[in-house]
Amino acid sequence: MINNKQGVFPMNFHSILFKNEDSITEEKHEAPVFFVDLNLDQIIDAITIGKQEYNLKPFFYSSLNDIDAIEYRHEIMQDLEDKALFENIKSFAQKMRTMREHLAQADKLHYKYQKESWFLDAVEIYCDAVNCLVHNLDIADLKSRGFLAFHEYLRNYANSDGFTLLLTETKKIKADLSTIKYWLIIRDNSVTVRKYGSEIDYSADVEETFEKFKQGAVKDYRAEFSDRTEMNHVEAKILDFVAQLYPDIFLNLDDYYRKNANYLDETIGIFDREIQFYIAYLEYVTLFKRVGLKFCYPQIFNKDKEVYDYEAFDLALAYKLIMEKSSVVCNDFYLKDMERIFVVSGPNQGGKTTFARAFGQLHYLASIGCPVPGREAQLFLCDNLFTHFEKEENIKDLRGKLEDDLVRIYNILTQATSNSVVIINEILTSTTLKDAVFLSKKVMEKIIQLDLLCVWVTFVDELASFSEKTVSMVSTVVPENPALRTYKIVRRPADGVSYAISIAEKYRLTYDRLKERIKS
Amino acid sequence: MKAFLMYKDRDFDLQRRLPLNKQALTQDLGLDTLFNAMSLGDKFLFEVAEKAVLTGLNDDLETILYRQHILMDCLKNSSIVRNIYDIAIESIESRKKSWGYFSKYLPAVLSGSIEVLQILVDMLKKLKNIADEHNDKFESEGFTAFFSMLKRELSDEYFASVQNHLIELKFPNGVLISAALGKGNKGTNYILRKSQDKKQSWIKRIFTKPPGYTFYISDRDESGAKALSELHDRGINLVANALAQSADHIVSFFSMLRTELAFYVGCLNLHGRLAQKGEPMSFPLPIAPGERKHSFNGLYDVCLALSLEQRVVGNDVNADNKDLMIITGANQGGKTTFLRSIGLSQLMMQCGMFAPAESFSSNVCDGLFSHYKREEDTTMKSGKLDEELSRMSNIVDNITSNSMLLFNESFAATNEREGSEIAGQITSALLEKRIKVFFVTHLYEFAHGFYDKKMENVIFLRAERQSDGKRTFKLIEGEPLQTSYGEDLYNRIFGNAC
Repeated sequence: MINNKQGVFPMNFHSILFKNEDSITEEKHEAPVFFVDLNLDQIIDAITIGKQEYNLKPFFYSSLNDIDAIEYRHEIMQDLEDKALFENIKSFAQKMRTMREHLAQADKLHYKYQKESWFLDAVEIYCDAVNCLVHNLDIADLKSRGFLAFHEYLRNYANSDGFTLLLTETKKIKADLSTIKYWLIIRDNSVTVRKYGSEIDYSADVEETFEKFKQGAVKDYRAEFSDRTEMNHVEAKILDFVAQLYPDIFLNLDDYYRKNANYLDETIGIFDREIQFYIAYLEYVTLFKRVGLKFCYPQIFNKDKEVYDYEAFDLALAYKLIMEKSSVVCNDFYLKDMERIFVVSGPNQGGKTTFARAFGQLHYLASIGCPVPGREAQLFLCDNLFTHFEKEENIKDLRGKLEDDLVRIYNILTQATSNSVVIINEILTSTTLKDAVFLSKKVMEKIIQLDLLCVWVTFVDELASFSEKTVSMVSTVVPENPALRTYKIVRRPADGVSYAISIAEKYRLTYDRLKERIKS
Repeated sequence: MKAFLMYKDRDFDLQRRLPLNKQALTQDLGLDTLFNAMSLGDKFLFEVAEKAVLTGLNDDLETILYRQHILMDCLKNSSIVRNIYDIAIESIESRKKSWGYFSKYLPAVLSGSIEVLQILVDMLKKLKNIADEHNDKFESEGFTAFFSMLKRELSDEYFASVQNHLIELKFPNGVLISAALGKGNKGTNYILRKSQDKKQSWIKRIFTKPPGYTFYISDRDESGAKALSELHDRGINLVANALAQSADHIVSFFSMLRTELAFYVGCLNLHGRLAQKGEPMSFPLPIAPGERKHSFNGLYDVCLALSLEQRVVGNDVNADNKDLMIITGANQGGKTTFLRSIGLSQLMMQCGMFAPAESFSSNVCDGLFSHYKREEDTTMKSGKLDEELSRMSNIVDNITSNSMLLFNESFAATNEREGSEIAGQITSALLEKRIKVFFVTHLYEFAHGFYDKKMENVIFLRAERQSDGKRTFKLIEGEPLQTSYGEDLYNRIFGNAC
């Protein structure tokens, strides 16, 4: 039921996701290979949850390779940060969803007048969705190229003759149907249907008699009638009689149903899906902002490899922690001048892997035009992202594992260009330290040669001070209690290693504190 | 229709939240003994007694007097009051007699409700008869209003019109329903209609006009018959609901009556028990919360009295215009008992009960809190002082000006100097916030520190010890002494063997 007959308007609007027709890429249905290592699969699952009907994942699987294409999305995302606009788009989406449900229902039903009524409601909802959206965009302070073009398109559509006629007819038939009232007289096995004449509401009469005893809430004895959408043959028969009592109204309905089968505009249909990319992401971001975590629109460069992010965090982990009501630790990082490689070492369980993942997530999310975790960030638009994380431990096959490690890293280094980002997590563990040091240094030489941006989590301290391109980051502990992890990763050289009144103070029970505390 | 026997203008809410420190108060004052004496093993009476006593702290002076007068009427007419109480219980039970009423089958709900209403109407008539017969024996504002409400609302005409409904609602002539088209053109908004014309039945009127379209469900069409009975049910749904709810409302009226009377029945029970022992009782004189008043004669610990055969010792104190009472002195000298009698009498007065004393008057307090020394914490989670302070901190979170706070040997879990310092700081701050404090303590530095300040608003009581070491369990006004006669206790237990 999609058409674009109305496509007579200026067609300078293409897509809310892509700035022009050239940049529209074919939809990928497979996630990039590094998704699992970086927990991006979990992140995208969390973002798209509850939005399956839009099939949004393909949008998250394709990165953009053009800074202006990213900017195009940033602008739209920023427009949508306006609460009112955001809510208005959501309410548009909700209406479109309800409309689809109505059409599906109409398809399923048998009795003619019932089918037609559901269809009529679907069209009414659609008209309302379009009109509300036009109005809401009129009053919104739009700045993005995408929204401005769409607004123009939509306004023209809403003013078209086709649309206005559709709207008028829909309203008229709805109004007519709602005037219908009738009487049912049930006696033994007979039913009589008649036009309505007014009489006393008997239930109200009984309620009034016992009004004086009313004591507050009591049980509800009303029977629940399963409100099936379908009618049974008795109801259908009654409806047929009602149609005979009001023949003109029902003839109009038949006619309307025949005429308007293709009412839905294609461009609006596509917008309804694509805009959900932004809505889903912003809703996801809200979860984090609510607990005080920050997001920013990163500056993106494709030549300059100086990168930084302050108050960054791992989205997948943070999501889990927030669900558990635990607190989230943020980290800062920067690379400047010649620096290219973070070598992360330090105590286990101290957040090293999390740091590495966050670095990868940030770069990927930036490349699909989304705001990223952090107060302020500058990131690199890479041509590809490679990850090398330890695979499932397999004790039986030590030699195979080391070999596998080396094969994988070889493959990465042959595919990577100087514009790639590589993330390595605890590899070469399946051998002696001496071997590990040797092999790591060899791999490091390659990475430096390629001038790659890289995060490398390792227990090989020697890597930390390998060259001027490497920066040492260390996970930390609380000095007084080394068992406590802080999950802070800091830029630091790798180092391989009376009381009663005070309790009263602790409970805020001293004279001064009490005077503040007790309410008058 | 409301009984309004606990409050002049509102129901007694059995769901009302008890004070947060309910458990501490119950334990520290031995409240279960009191509630047991009021309830005599009846669970419901226990619940009401507990609610009434513990929520009394939130009620105003006027409510206290309102209940006192009702209670006086109850003491005079106890058998009539217990009779009304029984009618209430019987009415509540009547609902259980009809199964249809709880059914999911709508016509059964309707007929069950009619049946139950019939019984309830009879109960209301009984109640009305008692009101007609005995109203002149009651003087309190509460009972007078209750009886005249019954007279006003339950006239003979009213009973007749109810009876009429109960007959008509059996629908001898079929049902008339109005409807409109809803979502998907399905019928909706089914409303049962009653003819306005009393002389001519609606059936007649409909069949004298040109008929509409009629169809019949054949005998073999089972699903059709089911659909038809559903339509019929939709028609009577609201009226069956209205009727069943009306029955519920009448039952709730009786429930509220029972609940409110339960408090007075509990008071009657307690009164009987104490009178039998010959213990004195009097209606206390409550004073506004802003004032400082506490004076009594023969005040005894009602819970101790309930658990002893012999009569108990009462105390006479005048602590008017005092904000702080520090009680020191001999071990086993009746300090704890005295502190409990202070708490109990305050609770009893504030819920409208009589006081366990020859005479009693005190200012109403906005909250009653107790901070007693507790057993060592067995969970090892915190030290003892930690535990005491943490409880104190909870109290501070909830206490307000014009509350009353009872300390029993608090803050002794450390050495005397530090304990006194903490107790001193806390007590001073409480006094400045206009909280009335009763403090039983062995902390000499703390107690004597206040004594030396010679403050007008502090009174010192001491457990009496005769020169031969005997206790009288009487408290007398007097300066805190440095020893609490623990030596006496030691000697008594260990004898003079050493």
